[in-house]
Amino acid sequence: MDPALLVEWLVKSGVIIFLILTGFAYLTLFERRVLARIQVRIGPNRAGPLGLLQPLADGIKLLFKEEVIPDKADKVIFILAPVLTVIPAFVLLAVIPLGPEISILGRSYSLSLAGDVNVGVLYLLAVASISVYGIVLAGWSSNNKYALLGGLRSAAQMISYELVLGLAFIGPILLANSMSLKDIIQAQSRVWFIVLQPIGFLLFLVASIAEVNRAPFDMPEAEQELTAGYHVEYSGMKFALFFMAEYGKMIVVSFITASLFLGGYLGPFVDKLPLLGPIYLLVKVTLILFFMIWVRATWPRIRYDRLMALGWKVLLPIGLLNIIITAILVILVGGY
Amino acid sequence: MLAALLKGLWTTLRSMFEPPVTYQYPEVKRPVRDRYKGRHYLQRYDNGLEKCIGCSLCAVACPADAIFVESSENTDENRYSPGERYASTYEINMLRCIFCGYCEDACPTEAIVLGHNYELSFTNRRDAIYTKDMLINPVSIAGQPTPMKVEAGQFDRAIPEMEDPK
Repeated sequence: MDPALLVEWLVKSGVIIFLILTGFAYLTLFERRVLARIQVRIGPNRAGPLGLLQPLADGIKLLFKEEVIPDKADKVIFILAPVLTVIPAFVLLAVIPLGPEISILGRSYSLSLAGDVNVGVLYLLAVASISVYGIVLAGWSSNNKYALLGGLRSAAQMISYELVLGLAFIGPILLANSMSLKDIIQAQSRVWFIVLQPIGFLLFLVASIAEVNRAPFDMPEAEQELTAGYHVEYSGMKFALFFMAEYGKMIVVSFITASLFLGGYLGPFVDKLPLLGPIYLLVKVTLILFFMIWVRATWPRIRYDRLMALGWKVLLPIGLLNIIITAILVILVGGY
Repeated sequence: MLAALLKGLWTTLRSMFEPPVTYQYPEVKRPVRDRYKGRHYLQRYDNGLEKCIGCSLCAVACPADAIFVESSENTDENRYSPGERYASTYEINMLRCIFCGYCEDACPTEAIVLGHNYELSFTNRRDAIYTKDMLINPVSIAGQPTPMKVEAGQFDRAIPEMEDPK
């Protein structure tokens, strides 16, 4: 194997891990500040300038917390569950192109860890659903009724909304005639898929918020009914891992949304200055993240039976209809 | 339904641009109400004598059992307060106190008054016990420090006709 390739991969992995970890840390601060502003407060502004050291303080605090493992818990699974939840959030980003190919010193680099995977979308869908195992196992191994209920709810919710998510993925795939994320982004060079697939975009947005268990679909951790759902029994760093998984998935889902529907790294002058690509992508991701926080601050949690009804009776038929119409139009127009 | 959802989003977005209502606490302090019940102060008369006569009614009235009073005899050579007795020990455990103000209501001489200070913090339990030295007001300009030497028979009544400090 080419040693330069190995170094390239190592550097890229480092960048991705760094991106998710700092992204996670500052997303918590961003969320707290935005929520505070929406509630006409100021939010954390004491630790460091503008409260920028707040995530650090939170992290140190969590590190020093006592790790409690319940006596009747299934210990191996109990420890394994947060790890299982957090890993998918990290590896998901591997196939997402952060920018166009750039060439440094005569070598061209693609700005994604795995390069151009030809079934990238399939990979995303497959890996994204792995983390539900972590949540279900966490709920089950805690030996606590609230945790178990939270875990079961999350399983049911993920299965219901995974379908819609998959259906929403198919729209861009049909239009780009490819499952590679790079091709899908390149196909949006004329017009973003949000314009051609507005219903698909909405479906994707709803399903992805449900997929990452965010409000208004945060049934698995509904504070009022389940105290904290699947992570009631977790403390210290293990709790932080669940937190990290939730926010990491938020970030990754925003990356996916930006890539599939908002043109990914595309923007004016990207073909001349390839390094603008990651910046455009980051701006789009931030906007989507802001939208998620905004939604959390606005809408109350949807009731459990309505969540199921919405998934199966409303979103699924609309998704199917959307695909049929898209497919027919693609054939009639003769490919996008 | 969709219109209602969007209206909700619009409302929260608009509230983002209102000025925050937060007081930046240690720098900016919100004034308390006149009748706010903060930490206690033991009052004095204008001439410097303590109002507290060590009757322990405050300790009896206290629902949290936070007050401890020990009284001793006044003499005309060593006079702390009018009447027979004064509080030689007066302690309030601020960890127990619930700031209900019953002590203030029970006091026959209006010696204990709940003030406006709410910034009570301590790093260990012993510091939470406020002693008489910490609770009592300083002597006013017109008065003398206690114990004072007075003429016999001048302050025999526990509730004398005396002016409060202005």
